[in-house]
Amino acid sequence: MRKVYMDHGAGMPLDSKVFEAMKPYFRENYGNPSSSHSFGNVARNAMESAREKVARLVAAEKPQEVIFTSGGTESNNLAMKGAAYRNRKEGNHIITTAIEHISVINICKFLQKEGFKVTYVPVDKQGMVDLEKLEEAINDKTVLISVMYANGEIGTIQPISEIGKLAQENKVIFHVDAVAAAGKVPINVKEENIDLLSLSSNDLYGPKGVGALYIKAGTKIQPIIQGGGQERGLRSGTENIPGIVGMGKAAEIAKKEMEAEGKRLTALRDKLIKGVLDKIDYSFLNGHPTKRLPNNANLRFSYIEGESLILGLDMYGVQVSSGSACTSKTLEPSHVLLAIGLAHEEAHGSLVFTLGKQNLEEDVDYVLEVLPDVVKRLRALSPLTPKEMVR
Amino acid sequence: MYSEKVMDHFMHPRNVGEIPGADGVGTVGNPVCGDLMTMYIKVKDKRLADIKFKTFGCGAAIATSSMTTELAMGKTLEEAMKITRADVAKNLGGLPPIKMHCSNLAADALHEAIKDYQKKKEKKG
Repeated sequence: MRKVYMDHGAGMPLDSKVFEAMKPYFRENYGNPSSSHSFGNVARNAMESAREKVARLVAAEKPQEVIFTSGGTESNNLAMKGAAYRNRKEGNHIITTAIEHISVINICKFLQKEGFKVTYVPVDKQGMVDLEKLEEAINDKTVLISVMYANGEIGTIQPISEIGKLAQENKVIFHVDAVAAAGKVPINVKEENIDLLSLSSNDLYGPKGVGALYIKAGTKIQPIIQGGGQERGLRSGTENIPGIVGMGKAAEIAKKEMEAEGKRLTALRDKLIKGVLDKIDYSFLNGHPTKRLPNNANLRFSYIEGESLILGLDMYGVQVSSGSACTSKTLEPSHVLLAIGLAHEEAHGSLVFTLGKQNLEEDVDYVLEVLPDVVKRLRALSPLTPKEMVR
Repeated sequence: MYSEKVMDHFMHPRNVGEIPGADGVGTVGNPVCGDLMTMYIKVKDKRLADIKFKTFGCGAAIATSSMTTELAMGKTLEEAMKITRADVAKNLGGLPPIKMHCSNLAADALHEAIKDYQKKKEKKG
């Protein structure tokens, strides 16, 4: 049976070149970058080289503006709690959107308990942030605006430059969660007026357990972990050198391949979307038709539920995700799908395809061949399907 | 995440469909919550002569529906009323804890169908 993995938003394979780059840093070059001897130098040089590569991926001015963390979630925590606490005297108001990654949403809920006020700006039906409402929300107590570059679930890419301009004009720190977008679309932290930017290594075909936070020089932020003062005092703890080296290599490859791979994936994505909408009645695209990540197709199917779709496709060797409540730990459907105005029963029937490097056009053809059967079988089981469709 | 038995019943559900002119019909759940199932029963000599189901929901919802029809087929109404959610889960080789409450509704749907039959019978006298 053909194996078609289209769940890259959940986890990506390690690029073999990344794996090779990391290998010497487990058993040979195991020094601590804080050590003064030659072993320390080797580790430190490897780490600084990785820092440069990550800085280049997002067009940072100086490599020192990049801090390594344990992943996207920690980067979001450091950015948001670090900026909120450090600037508390200036104000206690934070602006974010209704469709942020769950880590950002839960950091906001935590900060609300700590006395901060949070405005969740709504999005339109395609998941685009309402810029007018965002501007209206800014007041003299606003210390932080946090908006994701692109949504990993519905793929919608936000007008980051415009929001960056608004933040700059109002002298508010601008944090961008770029975990889903980095390596897929070009990011320029300077031109887009971004102060803080979260990155994750695994979303670049790098190892899991590593991430980075870009912190524009001069941005006021404080650490959330106390310890030995590594990473300019902002992220204590002995550095994960093999992981950092891997993330550096992954960032370098991503920058080099982004344009060609982006075009290739966009063509595959559009073929998949068009094929599904043509072949399957009562199927719909979630998110923006064009301003979307090159590798993301979020589709929903009336009268059936997403987890059973996942299981049905898995039987054919196809792996995908869903925004259904039945696949979540909270038994609530995706907050992103509810925020774009879908009813609960519509959100339950969504499937998220996130394509990647190893996916070929044949894989899309295969999905288009098996998916209609899976949908048909489940609809035949469903009491909601209109009678005329079951024939 | 699911046992082999669950996957078998999900892939090859038994007794799917509707019974035209069923003696009793029971529906539980709500599409808003992600699970909705309807059971149809045919009764002969106080036994379940036929059962069919239709389910909207996750893998567990479909598998528990299928297993419930298998457990109840041919049983007396009294016996069928004693089938519990726990019996259904046990016969499927267990269910993930998070699925025990939300998706294990098929026994309830069966009981509702039997009650519907009894109510109709009382009306007829």
